[in-house]
Amino acid sequence: MLDIKNLHVKIADEDTEILKGVNLTVNPGEVHAIMGPNGSGKSTLSYVLSGKEDYEVTEGSVTYDGADLLDMEIEERASAGLFLAFQYPIEIPGVPTMTFLRTALNAQRKARGEEELTTPAFMKLVKEKAQQLKVRPEMLKRPVNVGFSGGEKKRAEILQMAVLEPKLCVLDETDSGLDIDALRVVAEGVNALRSPDRAMIVITHYQRLLEYIVPDVVHVLSNGRVVKTGGKELALELEANGYAEFETEAA
Amino acid sequence: MAAVQDTIEQVRGVDVDKYKYGFKTEIESELAPKGLSEDIVRYISGKNDEPEWLLEWRLEAYRRWLTMEEPDWARVDYPKIDFQDLYYYAAPKTTEGPKSLDEVDPILLETYAKLGIPLKEQEILAGVRKHDEPSTLDEDGVGEMGSGRVAIDAVFDSVSVVTTFKKELAKAGVIFCSISEAVREHPELVKKYLGTVVPQSDNFYATLNSAVYSDGSFVYIPEGVRCPMELSTYFRINEENTGQFERTLIIAEKGSYVSYLEGCTAPMRDENQLHAAVVELVALDDAEIKYSTVQNWYPGDANGKGGIYNFVTKRGDCRGKNSKISWTQVETGSAITWKYPSCILRGENSRGEFYSIAISNGRQQVDSGTKMIHLGKNSSSRIISKGISAGHSQNTYRGLVSAHRKATGARNFTQCDSLLIGDKCGAHTVPYIEAKNSSSTFEHEATTSKISDDQMFYARQRGLGEEEAVALIVNGFVRDVLQHLPMEFMAETQKLIGISLEGSVG
Repeated sequence: MLDIKNLHVKIADEDTEILKGVNLTVNPGEVHAIMGPNGSGKSTLSYVLSGKEDYEVTEGSVTYDGADLLDMEIEERASAGLFLAFQYPIEIPGVPTMTFLRTALNAQRKARGEEELTTPAFMKLVKEKAQQLKVRPEMLKRPVNVGFSGGEKKRAEILQMAVLEPKLCVLDETDSGLDIDALRVVAEGVNALRSPDRAMIVITHYQRLLEYIVPDVVHVLSNGRVVKTGGKELALELEANGYAEFETEAA
Repeated sequence: MAAVQDTIEQVRGVDVDKYKYGFKTEIESELAPKGLSEDIVRYISGKNDEPEWLLEWRLEAYRRWLTMEEPDWARVDYPKIDFQDLYYYAAPKTTEGPKSLDEVDPILLETYAKLGIPLKEQEILAGVRKHDEPSTLDEDGVGEMGSGRVAIDAVFDSVSVVTTFKKELAKAGVIFCSISEAVREHPELVKKYLGTVVPQSDNFYATLNSAVYSDGSFVYIPEGVRCPMELSTYFRINEENTGQFERTLIIAEKGSYVSYLEGCTAPMRDENQLHAAVVELVALDDAEIKYSTVQNWYPGDANGKGGIYNFVTKRGDCRGKNSKISWTQVETGSAITWKYPSCILRGENSRGEFYSIAISNGRQQVDSGTKMIHLGKNSSSRIISKGISAGHSQNTYRGLVSAHRKATGARNFTQCDSLLIGDKCGAHTVPYIEAKNSSSTFEHEATTSKISDDQMFYARQRGLGEEEAVALIVNGFVRDVLQHLPMEFMAETQKLIGISLEGSVG
């Protein structure tokens, strides 16, 4: 589904290279965890995959479903099924969450040549998904992420993910700022979306999230490279020993 | 919200640089000779069969105008207007006394269709033809009228040619007609109120209007009457080189209520068109007037060529105690906008409101705002202004809030928010605040923001295209004001916002 080959990335207008030859293959149905210390390039990877404009790819390729992902516009990637759950979800004042979601869903459906959803069908869909994620209906009337608590923001992200039903979910530090109860709700929501034709990349600093979202593969990203790949036990190893080993390796 | 979806479709459906209303209807017009003189003033007055007092009133304005200078304090820049190179009167020839829509030129009806008059109103217009049998009309009780009812007085190049729902309004005692008809049928009312809010010599453009106004709307709501429907006028500038000088007068008697909608579009053309309308509102004790405008005139091409010059004087007089006047405007068109719908808060406890969305793109220049003049005790006012600048446009909010010595306990709240799209446009806020007594409370808040790259990235990551993302974010920005628009205008306005901002990104 996703094939990243020798990906080199730097911040546009700067010389500092952040990703220095990342290789990663993700197949449908798999959940990959990417762990690593701060500044290792985890978030950069998520931004480059989703097409944020502040980054420049200097070398390498990313193939998604057989297409050149790097050649696609941000919204094309979205319609093709790539979803990024933001570490810091963005506020859009004055736009009710419900409106935002509906506009997004129908924009994607239109781009894929599908019929737009009618209002009743959409309402039914959102209500259902919101209930699963314990998102109160009042929250959907509030402007996108405005005045949401940390937990509400993350739940809203997962709700969007559930409604948009992407093929490849990239979760960027979804556990940050969540207490244990909120974490459980969010993780349940994510687990409910696991399916044989959907892949996930879970980016996290801590092993904690991976107790709830159990990955198939764990990668350690350090200083812009994947330095170790293993099974879910690798996460526990990291929890016990920390990242020190890899940081010295990189240096 | 379905309307947001509509915005997106609308944005997709229209080519950039293609003005949706850029067409001209071929209806033969009758023109007065070019230029301005006492003879032209007499000619216009004569065409309207006006009484002597009104001709004198016009001539007085004309003589005054000759001594006046075009104002230059606004933050707008345009080539000097040659007032002798304009036609001051044009009336469609085919419109002598149509008594029903059947008698109206079909081209004109087509124009309404092209104008994209909101569905509800189109239905009503279409229904009018059926309703033409008087029996149907008479059965329509006032009580049955839902809020969806809209009466339209269409001003087509200066002369009112279609007036609908008159009978229903008449039942309620409401007078809604062209001002020329009002001069003939209700001279005492016109004489009593004309020029009492915007005096003949108020300013350069208002004075010009007083001398040469061709026609406009007149509304009179009798004491204690709540107008049973929204009153709506569609203006359309259609004759090349014809300045449009509309004159609107609305009087709300004690304890009455009226909501008035004004919406405008204009065809694409090369020469600049001048529009200098005057609107006067009078609210007596406990009366309320709600005046909403959606202005969508041709803004000029990408280089700023063409486009309408809009120099409008709109003013409401809260003459009675507890009276209320509320202006809501959506300004998206015109090359130059010079417009300050204001309230004179004369009555005790009177209230003025100004809700504005002004969008400028391309080379548009907007200088707009309001004046809240507090004269009465405990009068209050509220100003919410949302300016959006894109392209190479300049958008200025200019406002005055003043409390006079006797206006003790006056209160004002002002909020001016500007949103910038791109880095070649400008937003300016010029508030004037004057309090001549110590018990007044004035609050002013202003913000300037940009659509952030993060917001754009977030919306696009969810699947929205760049322009739909901008339209959505802007619709969110103006939401507080949108909510004050009548339902009929809301969906249309959301579409308009999308269209107006085409080509503002990328």
